[in-house]
Amino acid sequence: MERSPADVYAEHCRRHELAYQLDADGRPVFRPRVGHDAWRISAGHGTIYATAVARPRDGAARSVVLVDLDEGFRMMSTVVGIAPEDVTIGMRVRLAWRDGAGEDDAPPVPVFEPAEKGA
Amino acid sequence: MQVAIAGAAEAQMGLALPGMSASDVMAQAARDALRDAGLQPADVDGVFAASTQLPWAGVTLAEELGIAPRHSDSTMLGGASPMAHLAHARAAIAAGLCEVAVIAYGSTQRSLGRSRASVQELDPWEAPYAPPLPVTAYALAASRHMHQFGTTPEQLAWVAVSARQWAQRNPDAWSREELTIADVLAAPRVCDPLGVRDCCLVTDGGGALVVTSAARARDLRGTPVHLLGAAEAQTHRHVSAMADLTRTAAVDSGARAFAEAGLRPADVTSVQVYDAFTITPILFLEDLGFCAKGEGGAFVADGRIAPGGELRVNTSGGGLSYGHPGMNGMPLLVEAVREVREEGKDIVLAHGNGGVLSTQATVLLGSEAAAEGRPRTKVARLREPAGAVMGRRRRALAGGRAAR
Repeated sequence: MERSPADVYAEHCRRHELAYQLDADGRPVFRPRVGHDAWRISAGHGTIYATAVARPRDGAARSVVLVDLDEGFRMMSTVVGIAPEDVTIGMRVRLAWRDGAGEDDAPPVPVFEPAEKGA
Repeated sequence: MQVAIAGAAEAQMGLALPGMSASDVMAQAARDALRDAGLQPADVDGVFAASTQLPWAGVTLAEELGIAPRHSDSTMLGGASPMAHLAHARAAIAAGLCEVAVIAYGSTQRSLGRSRASVQELDPWEAPYAPPLPVTAYALAASRHMHQFGTTPEQLAWVAVSARQWAQRNPDAWSREELTIADVLAAPRVCDPLGVRDCCLVTDGGGALVVTSAARARDLRGTPVHLLGAAEAQTHRHVSAMADLTRTAAVDSGARAFAEAGLRPADVTSVQVYDAFTITPILFLEDLGFCAKGEGGAFVADGRIAPGGELRVNTSGGGLSYGHPGMNGMPLLVEAVREVREEGKDIVLAHGNGGVLSTQATVLLGSEAAAEGRPRTKVARLREPAGAVMGRRRRALAGGRAAR
Protein backbone atom coordinates (compact mmCIF):
# COMPACT_ATOMS: atom_id res chain seq x y z
CA MET A 1 0.00 0.00 0.00
CA GLU A 2 1.58 3.23 -1.11
CA ARG A 3 -1.21 5.67 -0.34
CA SER A 4 -3.84 5.87 2.36
CA PRO A 5 -7.47 5.14 1.44
CA ALA A 6 -8.37 8.70 2.44
CA ASP A 7 -5.74 10.10 0.11
CA VAL A 8 -6.92 8.05 -2.88
CA TYR A 9 -10.55 8.95 -2.15
CA ALA A 10 -9.75 12.67 -1.87
CA GLU A 11 -7.89 12.68 -5.15
CA HIS A 12 -10.95 11.23 -6.89
CA CYS A 13 -13.14 13.84 -5.21
CA ARG A 14 -10.96 16.59 -6.66
CA ARG A 15 -11.85 15.15 -10.10
CA HIS A 16 -15.54 15.00 -9.09
CA GLU A 17 -15.40 11.23 -8.98
CA LEU A 18 -17.10 9.26 -6.21
CA ALA A 19 -14.73 6.37 -5.61
CA TYR A 20 -15.46 3.12 -3.79
CA GLN A 21 -13.54 -0.09 -3.29
CA LEU A 22 -14.11 -3.74 -4.13
CA ASP A 23 -13.33 -6.52 -1.69
CA ALA A 24 -11.59 -9.76 -2.64
CA ASP A 25 -14.92 -11.22 -3.77
CA GLY A 26 -15.75 -8.22 -5.93
CA ARG A 27 -18.34 -6.80 -3.54
CA PRO A 28 -18.47 -3.02 -3.21
CA VAL A 29 -17.00 -1.49 -0.05
CA PHE A 30 -17.68 1.95 1.40
CA ARG A 31 -16.32 3.59 3.65
CA PRO A 32 -12.90 3.26 2.07
CA ARG A 33 -10.57 1.24 4.30
CA VAL A 34 -7.23 -0.47 4.30
CA GLY A 35 -7.13 -3.98 2.91
CA HIS A 36 -8.83 -3.27 -0.39
CA ASP A 37 -6.76 -2.11 -3.34
CA ALA A 38 -9.32 -2.25 -6.16
CA TRP A 39 -11.06 1.09 -6.68
CA ARG A 40 -14.06 1.87 -8.90
CA ILE A 41 -15.92 5.06 -9.80
CA SER A 42 -19.64 5.24 -9.08
CA ALA A 43 -22.05 6.40 -11.79
CA GLY A 44 -23.56 8.55 -9.04
CA HIS A 45 -27.13 7.24 -9.12
CA GLY A 46 -28.76 6.20 -5.89
CA THR A 47 -31.83 5.82 -3.72
CA ILE A 48 -32.49 7.39 -0.32
CA TYR A 49 -32.36 4.63 2.31
CA ALA A 50 -32.97 6.76 5.42
CA THR A 51 -33.50 10.48 5.99
CA ALA A 52 -33.24 12.89 8.89
CA VAL A 53 -33.49 16.66 9.31
CA ALA A 54 -30.90 17.99 11.73
CA ARG A 55 -32.00 21.22 13.41
CA PRO A 56 -29.01 22.73 15.20
CA ARG A 57 -29.88 25.52 17.63
CA ASP A 58 -27.42 27.86 15.94
CA GLY A 59 -28.03 27.16 12.28
CA ALA A 60 -30.41 26.26 9.49
CA ALA A 61 -32.09 22.87 9.24
CA ARG A 62 -30.16 20.49 7.03
CA SER A 63 -30.63 17.12 5.43
CA VAL A 64 -28.64 14.10 6.56
CA VAL A 65 -29.30 10.93 4.60
CA LEU A 66 -28.02 7.45 3.96
CA VAL A 67 -27.89 6.81 0.21
CA ASP A 68 -27.78 3.39 -1.41
CA LEU A 69 -25.76 3.76 -4.61
CA ASP A 70 -26.80 1.60 -7.54
CA GLU A 71 -23.41 -0.17 -7.47
CA GLY A 72 -24.39 -1.64 -4.09
CA PHE A 73 -22.74 0.48 -1.42
CA ARG A 74 -24.17 2.90 1.14
CA MET A 75 -22.85 6.24 2.32
CA MET A 76 -23.88 9.16 4.47
CA SER A 77 -24.58 12.36 2.55
CA THR A 78 -26.97 15.26 2.25
CA VAL A 79 -29.62 16.15 -0.30
CA VAL A 80 -29.41 19.64 -1.77
CA GLY A 81 -31.77 21.59 -4.01
CA ILE A 82 -34.95 20.82 -2.06
CA ALA A 83 -36.12 21.48 1.47
CA PRO A 84 -34.68 18.84 3.85
CA GLU A 85 -38.23 18.01 4.99
CA ASP A 86 -39.11 17.05 1.41
CA VAL A 87 -36.50 14.32 1.17
CA THR A 88 -38.23 10.94 1.27
CA ILE A 89 -37.10 7.36 1.58
CA GLY A 90 -37.05 5.70 -1.83
CA MET A 91 -36.40 8.99 -3.65
CA ARG A 92 -34.02 8.65 -6.58
CA VAL A 93 -31.02 10.97 -6.36
CA ARG A 94 -27.94 11.77 -8.38
CA LEU A 95 -24.47 12.85 -7.40
CA ALA A 96 -23.58 16.54 -7.14
CA TRP A 97 -20.60 18.30 -5.59
CA ARG A 98 -20.18 20.88 -2.87
CA ASP A 99 -17.01 22.88 -2.43
CA GLY A 100 -14.84 21.64 0.39
CA ALA A 101 -14.91 23.67 3.58
CA GLY A 102 -11.98 25.03 5.52
CA GLU A 103 -8.78 26.79 4.62
CA ASP A 104 -6.56 23.76 4.08
CA ASP A 105 -7.62 23.05 0.50
CA ALA A 106 -10.25 20.45 1.46
CA PRO A 107 -11.52 18.39 -1.50
CA PRO A 108 -15.06 18.79 -2.85
CA VAL A 109 -17.73 16.85 -0.93
CA PRO A 110 -20.09 14.42 -2.67
CA VAL A 111 -23.72 15.44 -2.11
CA PHE A 112 -26.94 14.44 -3.87
CA GLU A 113 -29.83 16.16 -5.58
CA PRO A 114 -33.19 14.79 -6.71
CA ALA A 115 -32.75 12.79 -9.91
CA GLU A 116 -35.67 14.54 -11.56
CA LYS A 117 -36.82 18.05 -10.87
CA GLY A 118 -40.20 17.97 -9.22
CA ALA A 119 -39.92 14.25 -8.58
CA MET B 1 -19.82 -21.12 36.99
CA GLN B 2 -22.88 -19.48 38.51
CA VAL B 3 -22.30 -15.90 39.58
CA ALA B 4 -24.56 -13.41 41.31
CA ILE B 5 -24.80 -9.72 42.01
CA ALA B 6 -24.16 -9.40 45.73
CA GLY B 7 -24.43 -5.63 45.97
CA ALA B 8 -25.75 -2.72 43.93
CA ALA B 9 -25.87 1.03 44.27
CA GLU B 10 -26.37 4.25 42.38
CA ALA B 11 -24.64 7.54 43.11
CA GLN B 12 -25.15 11.21 42.28
CA MET B 13 -28.01 10.56 39.84
CA GLY B 14 -29.33 13.84 38.51
CA LEU B 15 -26.95 16.65 39.36
CA ALA B 16 -23.73 15.67 41.13
CA LEU B 17 -22.40 17.67 44.07
CA PRO B 18 -20.24 20.62 43.01
CA GLY B 19 -16.70 19.51 42.30
CA MET B 20 -17.52 15.81 42.00
CA SER B 21 -15.54 14.16 39.20
CA ALA B 22 -16.62 11.18 37.13
CA SER B 23 -14.19 9.03 39.12
CA ASP B 24 -15.62 10.36 42.41
CA VAL B 25 -19.10 9.30 41.27
CA MET B 26 -17.86 5.89 40.18
CA ALA B 27 -16.01 5.34 43.44
CA GLN B 28 -18.91 6.45 45.62
CA ALA B 29 -21.18 4.00 43.83
CA ALA B 30 -18.59 1.23 44.20
CA ARG B 31 -18.20 1.87 47.94
CA ASP B 32 -21.97 1.89 48.44
CA ALA B 33 -22.38 -1.32 46.45
CA LEU B 34 -19.67 -2.99 48.54
CA ARG B 35 -21.42 -1.83 51.72
CA ASP B 36 -24.66 -3.25 50.34
CA ALA B 37 -22.87 -6.59 49.89
CA GLY B 38 -21.22 -6.41 53.29
CA LEU B 39 -17.75 -6.30 51.75
CA GLN B 40 -14.77 -3.94 51.88
CA PRO B 41 -12.70 -2.48 49.03
CA ALA B 42 -9.87 -4.76 50.16
CA ASP B 43 -12.03 -7.77 49.25
CA VAL B 44 -12.12 -6.69 45.58
CA ASP B 45 -9.62 -8.30 43.22
CA GLY B 46 -11.26 -7.53 39.86
CA VAL B 47 -12.36 -4.15 38.49
CA PHE B 48 -14.56 -3.50 35.45
CA ALA B 49 -15.29 0.02 34.23
CA ALA B 50 -15.60 2.09 31.06
CA SER B 51 -16.54 5.73 30.58
CA THR B 52 -16.14 8.32 27.83
CA GLN B 53 -14.75 10.60 30.54
CA LEU B 54 -12.25 8.05 31.89
CA PRO B 55 -10.14 6.25 29.28
CA TRP B 56 -8.34 4.47 32.15
CA ALA B 57 -11.58 3.74 33.98
CA GLY B 58 -10.66 0.40 35.55
CA VAL B 59 -7.27 1.59 36.70
CA THR B 60 -8.78 4.81 38.03
CA LEU B 61 -11.44 2.88 39.92
CA ALA B 62 -8.83 0.73 41.64
CA GLU B 63 -6.84 3.78 42.69
CA GLU B 64 -9.97 5.44 44.04
CA LEU B 65 -10.75 2.34 46.09
CA GLY B 66 -7.17 2.08 47.26
CA ILE B 67 -6.72 -1.43 45.95
CA ALA B 68 -4.32 -3.28 43.64
CA PRO B 69 -6.57 -5.76 41.82
CA ARG B 70 -5.18 -8.68 39.86
CA HIS B 71 -7.71 -8.29 37.06
CA SER B 72 -8.83 -5.13 35.22
CA ASP B 73 -11.20 -4.76 32.25
CA SER B 74 -12.12 -1.44 30.63
CA THR B 75 -13.88 -2.83 27.58
CA MET B 76 -15.72 0.06 25.90
CA LEU B 77 -19.05 -0.92 24.39
CA GLY B 78 -20.73 2.41 25.11
CA GLY B 79 -24.00 2.08 26.99
CA ALA B 80 -23.83 -1.71 26.67
CA SER B 81 -20.55 -1.84 28.58
CA PRO B 82 -21.80 -2.75 32.08
CA MET B 83 -23.97 -5.57 30.74
CA ALA B 84 -20.95 -6.86 28.84
CA HIS B 85 -18.81 -6.36 31.94
CA LEU B 86 -21.18 -8.66 33.83
CA ALA B 87 -20.47 -11.40 31.30
CA HIS B 88 -16.75 -10.62 31.39
CA ALA B 89 -16.74 -10.70 35.19
CA ARG B 90 -18.41 -14.09 35.16
CA ALA B 91 -15.79 -15.39 32.74
CA ALA B 92 -12.98 -13.94 34.83
CA ILE B 93 -14.37 -15.45 38.03
CA ALA B 94 -14.84 -18.82 36.30
CA ALA B 95 -11.26 -18.68 35.01
CA GLY B 96 -9.91 -17.92 38.46
CA LEU B 97 -8.70 -14.47 37.42
CA CYS B 98 -10.59 -12.83 40.29
CA GLU B 99 -13.10 -13.71 43.00
CA VAL B 100 -14.85 -10.47 43.83
CA ALA B 101 -15.51 -8.13 40.93
CA VAL B 102 -16.74 -4.55 41.05
CA ILE B 103 -18.38 -3.12 37.93
CA ALA B 104 -18.68 0.64 38.22
CA TYR B 105 -19.64 3.68 36.19
CA GLY B 106 -19.65 7.42 36.77
CA SER B 107 -20.47 10.49 34.72
CA THR B 108 -20.63 14.23 35.28
CA GLN B 109 -21.85 15.03 31.79
CA ARG B 110 -24.58 17.39 32.97
CA SER B 111 -22.21 19.36 35.19
CA LEU B 112 -19.47 19.35 32.58
CA GLY B 113 -21.48 19.69 29.36
CA ARG B 114 -22.09 16.86 26.97
CA SER B 115 -19.62 18.03 24.33
CA ARG B 116 -16.80 17.89 26.88
CA ALA B 117 -17.93 14.72 28.63
CA SER B 118 -18.49 12.69 25.48
CA VAL B 119 -16.10 13.72 22.75
CA GLN B 120 -17.17 12.28 19.41
CA GLU B 121 -14.42 10.78 17.27
CA LEU B 122 -14.10 12.62 13.97
CA ASP B 123 -15.13 10.25 11.19
CA PRO B 124 -13.91 11.46 7.79
CA TRP B 125 -16.74 9.70 5.96
CA GLU B 126 -19.51 11.31 7.98
CA ALA B 127 -17.99 14.56 9.23
CA PRO B 128 -18.51 16.49 5.95
CA TYR B 129 -22.28 16.21 6.54
CA ALA B 130 -22.00 17.38 10.17
CA PRO B 131 -24.56 14.96 11.65
CA PRO B 132 -25.30 15.87 15.27
CA LEU B 133 -24.47 12.59 16.98
CA PRO B 134 -25.76 10.39 18.31
CA VAL B 135 -29.28 11.77 17.65
CA THR B 136 -28.99 11.76 13.85
CA ALA B 137 -28.23 8.05 13.77
CA TYR B 138 -31.36 7.27 15.81
CA ALA B 139 -33.43 9.65 13.69
CA LEU B 140 -32.27 7.80 10.58
CA ALA B 141 -33.23 4.48 12.17
CA ALA B 142 -36.61 5.89 13.17
CA SER B 143 -37.22 7.15 9.63
CA ARG B 144 -36.50 3.72 8.28
CA HIS B 145 -38.70 1.93 10.83
CA MET B 146 -41.57 4.31 10.07
CA HIS B 147 -41.14 3.81 6.34
CA GLN B 148 -40.83 0.05 6.47
CA PHE B 149 -43.38 -0.83 9.16
CA GLY B 150 -45.68 2.16 9.38
CA THR B 151 -44.54 3.05 12.87
CA THR B 152 -46.09 6.39 13.82
CA PRO B 153 -44.93 9.46 15.78
CA GLU B 154 -47.74 8.69 18.26
CA GLN B 155 -46.31 5.22 18.88
CA LEU B 156 -42.88 6.73 19.49
CA ALA B 157 -44.51 9.22 21.85
CA TRP B 158 -46.03 6.37 23.87
CA VAL B 159 -42.52 5.30 24.82
CA ALA B 160 -41.84 8.73 26.31
CA VAL B 161 -45.24 8.99 28.00
CA SER B 162 -44.96 5.49 29.50
CA ALA B 163 -41.50 6.29 30.86
CA ARG B 164 -42.86 9.48 32.39
CA GLN B 165 -45.69 7.61 34.09
CA TRP B 166 -43.16 5.24 35.67
CA ALA B 167 -41.02 8.23 36.67
CA GLN B 168 -43.99 9.80 38.43
CA ARG B 169 -43.86 6.84 40.84
CA ASN B 170 -40.15 7.41 41.47
CA PRO B 171 -39.39 10.33 43.80
CA ASP B 172 -35.80 10.41 42.54
CA ALA B 173 -36.70 10.82 38.87
CA TRP B 174 -35.39 13.91 37.12
CA SER B 175 -38.59 14.56 35.11
CA ARG B 176 -41.90 13.91 36.83
CA GLU B 177 -44.26 16.56 35.50
CA GLU B 178 -47.27 15.49 33.44
CA LEU B 179 -46.47 14.55 29.85
CA THR B 180 -49.05 13.73 27.18
CA ILE B 181 -48.81 12.29 23.69
CA ALA B 182 -49.73 15.74 22.37
CA ASP B 183 -46.88 17.28 24.40
CA VAL B 184 -44.37 14.88 22.88
CA LEU B 185 -45.64 15.49 19.35
CA ALA B 186 -45.66 19.28 19.81
CA ALA B 187 -42.19 19.46 21.34
CA PRO B 188 -39.48 21.19 19.30
CA ARG B 189 -37.83 18.95 16.73
CA VAL B 190 -34.19 18.07 17.36
CA CYS B 191 -33.59 15.85 14.37
CA ASP B 192 -36.70 14.81 12.45
CA PRO B 193 -38.45 12.52 13.02
CA LEU B 194 -37.30 12.91 16.66
CA GLY B 195 -38.30 15.81 18.89
CA VAL B 196 -36.81 16.83 22.20
CA ARG B 197 -39.23 14.59 24.17
CA ASP B 198 -38.09 11.63 22.07
CA CYS B 199 -34.57 12.15 23.43
CA CYS B 200 -33.15 10.98 26.75
CA LEU B 201 -32.22 13.25 29.60
CA VAL B 202 -28.70 14.56 30.11
CA THR B 203 -27.84 13.96 33.77
CA ASP B 204 -24.91 13.17 36.01
CA GLY B 205 -24.74 9.91 37.90
CA GLY B 206 -23.33 6.46 38.15
CA GLY B 207 -23.69 3.08 39.73
CA ALA B 208 -21.92 -0.08 40.66
CA LEU B 209 -22.43 -3.81 41.08
CA VAL B 210 -20.50 -6.32 43.17
CA VAL B 211 -20.26 -9.71 41.47
CA THR B 212 -18.99 -12.95 42.91
CA SER B 213 -19.76 -16.66 42.76
CA ALA B 214 -23.35 -17.53 43.57
CA ALA B 215 -22.11 -19.69 46.42
CA ARG B 216 -20.21 -16.84 48.03
CA ALA B 217 -22.99 -14.34 47.33
CA ARG B 218 -25.43 -16.48 49.34
CA ASP B 219 -23.23 -16.02 52.40
CA LEU B 220 -23.06 -12.24 52.07
CA ARG B 221 -25.29 -9.58 53.55
CA GLY B 222 -27.37 -8.67 50.50
CA THR B 223 -29.97 -10.72 48.69
CA PRO B 224 -28.16 -12.31 45.72
CA VAL B 225 -29.45 -11.56 42.25
CA HIS B 226 -28.35 -14.34 39.95
CA LEU B 227 -26.96 -14.00 36.45
CA LEU B 228 -29.00 -16.49 34.42
CA GLY B 229 -27.73 -15.59 30.97
CA ALA B 230 -25.62 -12.94 29.29
CA ALA B 231 -24.35 -12.16 25.81
CA GLU B 232 -22.92 -9.27 23.82
CA ALA B 233 -22.89 -8.54 20.09
CA GLN B 234 -21.78 -5.75 17.79
CA THR B 235 -22.29 -4.88 14.14
CA HIS B 236 -20.65 -1.52 13.37
CA ARG B 237 -19.16 1.66 14.82
CA HIS B 238 -20.75 4.24 12.51
CA VAL B 239 -24.38 4.36 11.45
CA SER B 240 -23.39 4.64 7.77
CA ALA B 241 -21.80 1.19 8.16
CA MET B 242 -24.96 -0.40 9.67
CA ALA B 243 -26.41 -2.99 7.30
CA ASP B 244 -30.10 -2.76 8.31
CA LEU B 245 -31.23 0.18 10.43
CA THR B 246 -34.30 -1.71 11.61
CA ARG B 247 -32.48 -4.79 12.90
CA THR B 248 -29.85 -4.52 15.63
CA ALA B 249 -27.33 -6.91 17.09
CA ALA B 250 -29.80 -7.34 19.97
CA VAL B 251 -31.24 -10.14 17.83
CA ASP B 252 -28.00 -11.98 18.43
CA SER B 253 -27.22 -10.94 22.02
CA GLY B 254 -30.79 -11.62 23.10
CA ALA B 255 -31.01 -15.04 21.47
CA ARG B 256 -27.75 -16.16 23.07
CA ALA B 257 -28.66 -14.80 26.50
CA PHE B 258 -32.07 -16.51 26.42
CA ALA B 259 -30.57 -19.77 25.14
CA GLU B 260 -28.03 -19.84 27.94
CA ALA B 261 -30.70 -19.15 30.56
CA GLY B 262 -33.09 -21.65 29.05
CA LEU B 263 -35.75 -18.96 29.04
CA ARG B 264 -38.06 -17.23 26.57
CA PRO B 265 -39.32 -13.64 26.48
CA ALA B 266 -42.64 -14.85 27.88
CA ASP B 267 -40.81 -15.85 31.09
CA VAL B 268 -39.59 -12.29 31.70
CA THR B 269 -41.64 -10.24 34.14
CA SER B 270 -39.68 -6.97 34.00
CA VAL B 271 -37.62 -5.40 31.22
CA GLN B 272 -35.05 -2.65 31.61
CA VAL B 273 -34.19 -1.68 28.05
CA TYR B 274 -31.99 1.08 26.73
CA ASP B 275 -34.10 4.12 25.91
CA ALA B 276 -31.72 6.79 24.69
CA PHE B 277 -34.41 7.72 22.17
CA THR B 278 -38.01 6.60 21.83
CA ILE B 279 -37.18 4.43 18.82
CA THR B 280 -34.74 2.27 20.78
CA PRO B 281 -37.13 0.33 23.06
CA ILE B 282 -39.26 -0.36 19.98
CA LEU B 283 -36.27 -1.81 18.13
CA PHE B 284 -35.01 -3.80 21.08
CA LEU B 285 -38.36 -5.23 22.18
CA GLU B 286 -38.66 -6.55 18.63
CA ASP B 287 -35.09 -7.78 18.38
CA LEU B 288 -35.21 -9.45 21.81
CA GLY B 289 -38.33 -11.34 20.80
CA PHE B 290 -41.03 -9.65 22.88
CA CYS B 291 -42.90 -9.00 19.64
CA ALA B 292 -42.36 -9.60 15.94
CA LYS B 293 -40.20 -7.33 13.81
CA GLY B 294 -42.25 -4.34 12.78
CA GLU B 295 -44.80 -4.72 15.57
CA GLY B 296 -42.85 -2.76 18.17
CA GLY B 297 -44.84 0.42 17.60
CA ALA B 298 -48.13 -1.28 18.39
CA PHE B 299 -46.50 -3.20 21.26
CA VAL B 300 -45.54 -0.03 23.15
CA ALA B 301 -48.68 1.98 22.37
CA ASP B 302 -51.82 2.64 24.39
CA GLY B 303 -50.19 2.17 27.79
CA ARG B 304 -49.03 -1.41 27.27
CA ILE B 305 -45.59 -0.65 28.76
CA ALA B 306 -46.85 2.01 31.19
CA PRO B 307 -47.67 1.29 34.86
CA GLY B 308 -50.56 -1.16 34.93
CA GLY B 309 -49.83 -2.27 31.39
CA GLU B 310 -48.98 -5.66 29.99
CA LEU B 311 -45.23 -5.59 30.55
CA ARG B 312 -43.12 -3.73 33.12
CA VAL B 313 -40.64 -1.75 31.00
CA ASN B 314 -38.15 0.77 32.42
CA THR B 315 -39.78 0.92 35.82
CA SER B 316 -37.54 3.71 37.14
CA GLY B 317 -38.65 6.02 34.33
CA GLY B 318 -35.59 5.03 32.32
CA GLY B 319 -33.22 7.28 30.45
CA LEU B 320 -36.13 9.32 29.14
CA SER B 321 -37.47 10.45 32.53
CA TYR B 322 -35.44 9.06 35.46
CA GLY B 323 -31.86 9.86 34.46
CA HIS B 324 -29.33 9.26 31.70
CA PRO B 325 -25.74 9.81 32.80
CA GLY B 326 -23.91 9.55 29.49
CA MET B 327 -23.93 5.80 29.10
CA ASN B 328 -27.06 4.44 30.71
CA GLY B 329 -26.38 0.74 31.06
CA MET B 330 -25.58 0.81 34.76
CA PRO B 331 -28.75 2.57 35.97
CA LEU B 332 -30.77 -0.01 34.02
CA LEU B 333 -28.89 -2.83 35.75
CA VAL B 334 -29.34 -1.34 39.21
CA GLU B 335 -33.07 -0.99 38.52
CA ALA B 336 -33.14 -4.62 37.34
CA VAL B 337 -31.55 -5.65 40.65
CA ARG B 338 -34.15 -3.58 42.49
CA GLU B 339 -36.94 -5.27 40.56
CA VAL B 340 -35.74 -8.69 41.73
CA ARG B 341 -35.04 -7.66 45.31
CA GLU B 342 -37.78 -5.22 46.15
CA GLU B 343 -40.57 -5.89 43.67
CA GLY B 344 -40.39 -9.68 43.78
CA LYS B 345 -39.76 -10.15 40.08
CA ASP B 346 -38.19 -13.53 39.45
CA ILE B 347 -36.77 -12.99 35.97
CA VAL B 348 -35.70 -9.54 34.79
CA LEU B 349 -34.06 -8.68 31.50
CA ALA B 350 -31.67 -5.75 31.20
CA HIS B 351 -30.49 -4.69 27.78
CA GLY B 352 -27.78 -2.15 26.97
CA ASN B 353 -27.04 -0.40 23.70
CA GLY B 354 -23.92 1.51 22.79
CA GLY B 355 -22.83 4.05 20.23
CA VAL B 356 -25.20 4.38 17.29
CA LEU B 357 -27.01 1.03 17.68
CA SER B 358 -23.46 -0.34 17.41
CA THR B 359 -23.13 -2.61 20.41
CA GLN B 360 -25.76 -4.65 22.23
CA ALA B 361 -25.54 -6.64 25.44
CA THR B 362 -28.35 -8.56 27.11
CA VAL B 363 -28.46 -10.03 30.60
CA LEU B 364 -31.11 -12.08 32.35
CA LEU B 365 -31.15 -11.65 36.11
CA GLY B 366 -33.09 -13.80 38.50
CA SER B 367 -34.12 -14.45 42.05
CA GLU B 368 -32.91 -17.41 44.10
CA ALA B 369 -36.00 -19.29 43.00
CA ALA B 370 -35.34 -18.56 39.36
CA ALA B 371 -31.72 -19.66 39.72
CA GLU B 372 -32.92 -22.92 41.18
CA GLY B 373 -35.45 -23.33 38.40
CA ARG B 374 -38.42 -22.99 40.70
CA PRO B 375 -40.09 -19.70 39.89
CA ARG B 376 -42.10 -18.66 42.90
CA THR B 377 -45.79 -18.33 42.42
CA LYS B 378 -46.33 -15.34 44.66
CA VAL B 379 -44.30 -12.35 45.69
CA ALA B 380 -42.02 -13.29 48.57
CA ARG B 381 -41.59 -11.11 51.63
CA LEU B 382 -38.49 -8.99 51.55
CA ARG B 383 -35.77 -10.63 53.57
CA GLU B 384 -34.01 -7.41 54.51
CA PRO B 385 -35.27 -3.86 54.62
CA ALA B 386 -32.17 -2.83 52.68
CA GLY B 387 -32.30 -3.57 49.01
CA ALA B 388 -30.02 -1.99 46.50
CA VAL B 389 -28.96 1.48 47.52
CA MET B 390 -30.91 3.46 45.00
CA GLY B 391 -30.03 7.09 44.63
CA ARG B 392 -28.69 9.45 47.20
CA ARG B 393 -32.00 10.89 48.27
CA ARG B 394 -34.08 7.79 48.30
CA ARG B 395 -32.69 6.32 51.49
CA ALA B 396 -33.30 9.58 53.24
CA LEU B 397 -36.99 9.27 52.53
CA ALA B 398 -38.76 7.14 55.08
CA GLY B 399 -39.67 3.88 53.45
CA GLY B 400 -38.02 4.75 50.18
CA ARG B 401 -39.86 4.60 46.92
CA ALA B 402 -43.48 3.56 46.76
CA ALA B 403 -43.97 0.11 45.35
CA ARG B 404 -44.29 0.17 41.61
